[in-house]
Amino acid sequence: MEIKKTSLNKLHQSNNAKFVEFAGYEMPIQYSKGIIEEHKFTRSHSGIFDVSHMGQLFIYGDETLTEELEKIFPLDLKNLKQNCSKYSFLMNEDAGIYDDLIITKIEEGYLIILNAACKDKDFEILSNLLGSKFKMNLDNNRSLIAIQGPKSVEILNSIINGVDQLNFMTGNWFDSDNQKLFVTRSGYTGEDGFEISISNDKAEKFVENLIKKGAQLIGLGARDTLRLEAGLCLYGHELDINKTPVEANLRWAISKSRLSNGGFIGSKKIMNQMQDGASQIRVGIKPEGRLIAREKTKIFDDTDTQIGEITSGTFGPSVNGPIAMGYVNKEFSKVDTKILLEVRGKKHPANVCALPFYKKNYVKGVN
Amino acid sequence: MSEVKFSKEHEWITLEGDVATIGITKHATEMLGDIVFAELPEKGSNVEKDGTAGVVESTKAASDVYTPVSGEVVDTNQAIVDDPSKINEDPEGSAWFFKLKMKDQSEMDSLMNKEEYDKFAKESAS
Repeated sequence: MEIKKTSLNKLHQSNNAKFVEFAGYEMPIQYSKGIIEEHKFTRSHSGIFDVSHMGQLFIYGDETLTEELEKIFPLDLKNLKQNCSKYSFLMNEDAGIYDDLIITKIEEGYLIILNAACKDKDFEILSNLLGSKFKMNLDNNRSLIAIQGPKSVEILNSIINGVDQLNFMTGNWFDSDNQKLFVTRSGYTGEDGFEISISNDKAEKFVENLIKKGAQLIGLGARDTLRLEAGLCLYGHELDINKTPVEANLRWAISKSRLSNGGFIGSKKIMNQMQDGASQIRVGIKPEGRLIAREKTKIFDDTDTQIGEITSGTFGPSVNGPIAMGYVNKEFSKVDTKILLEVRGKKHPANVCALPFYKKNYVKGVN
Repeated sequence: MSEVKFSKEHEWITLEGDVATIGITKHATEMLGDIVFAELPEKGSNVEKDGTAGVVESTKAASDVYTPVSGEVVDTNQAIVDDPSKINEDPEGSAWFFKLKMKDQSEMDSLMNKEEYDKFAKESAS
């Protein structure tokens, strides 16, 4: 299959991107300054991320759409206000995760942002579940640009006036340069920031404009170190079809009002696990010293029994040390539990720790 | 000090008396990206030509460091363990990895000179 390119591909090239294949797309892993510089620039200024490979699924319908979606997602969508976003999951009957996603209530429907590697399958699953009653559009004509970091609000507001009025996890349509943009205040870095849905033919000029105002392009490499420091899950690593939201320590994303009656796919398993606890749970892990424990590193207790596995591990540039996430048996999931990580045949000490590794406050009370 | 020689695994080596100093090339550091972890062989241990003698890790991945010649490890560079970013800054100078007391100096003969290595690196990168 031919590798797909986003509408910013030429811009990445002219900014000396190193490319990798990711979910069938040619994507920038880093630019000339490198991952650590890009990471730090995002934390201190403003980084631009091309996330156009992700799926933008628009679903339109009457009031029965909300009812139908409540049979799928563990969310209180009836009480979700227009332009408000929620983090959620598409699950199977065993509460195994097909994908994690952000769903936003828009006029006459919903916008769902899906992972690139999952979007086609998600579309198929949702089409089968919803039937032909609703208009579904996995929109390939729109790019998705994220801008993240403390200077982002000022930079973006100078181009799209009014985005500074958005609260975190809300969005709205804005007019700019004779077109409609959908902007949400959200992100995947632990910083304040926005995601902008924009038509493909306007994306390059829009990003060039952001660069002129002082933001810089950031690759997938730094996106990964940023999200890991923020303690956020990456599908295919922390989350997959064999993990449930409870095991992934994402109970907070399940609306309380949906737990008494269930009625969504996977609700039985979720309700059981909420009550009895899951046998394995996602935790933050800090190796002692500088050692990096990568994905698939085995985790042991002090009696040489394997108690879990690392799902993501790297060096955290803002933490200035190694960080990881992984799954451990629940009796080892308490903060400060001593564990051992087997790297290159030797066991190295590490500690279970609280997430996130790096914390900033999101903007809540703008209005 | 001898002329700098290079291996196909992107190590550089110089010889002074019977003690070889070994590090990784600038080209290698450019391929790896930001180096954030380095592990070196133990002083007093013996390493074999083309065997592993350390590890470097970037934010992206771990890579083995090989030794282009055999010998006994007589010194290691703790400064790069304490601050691995030094390897990106000065890979072919102050950020050497380890020193070996060589047994068989003819092992140097099969290694590349600078011109040969530059050509090899250019070809292997493309």
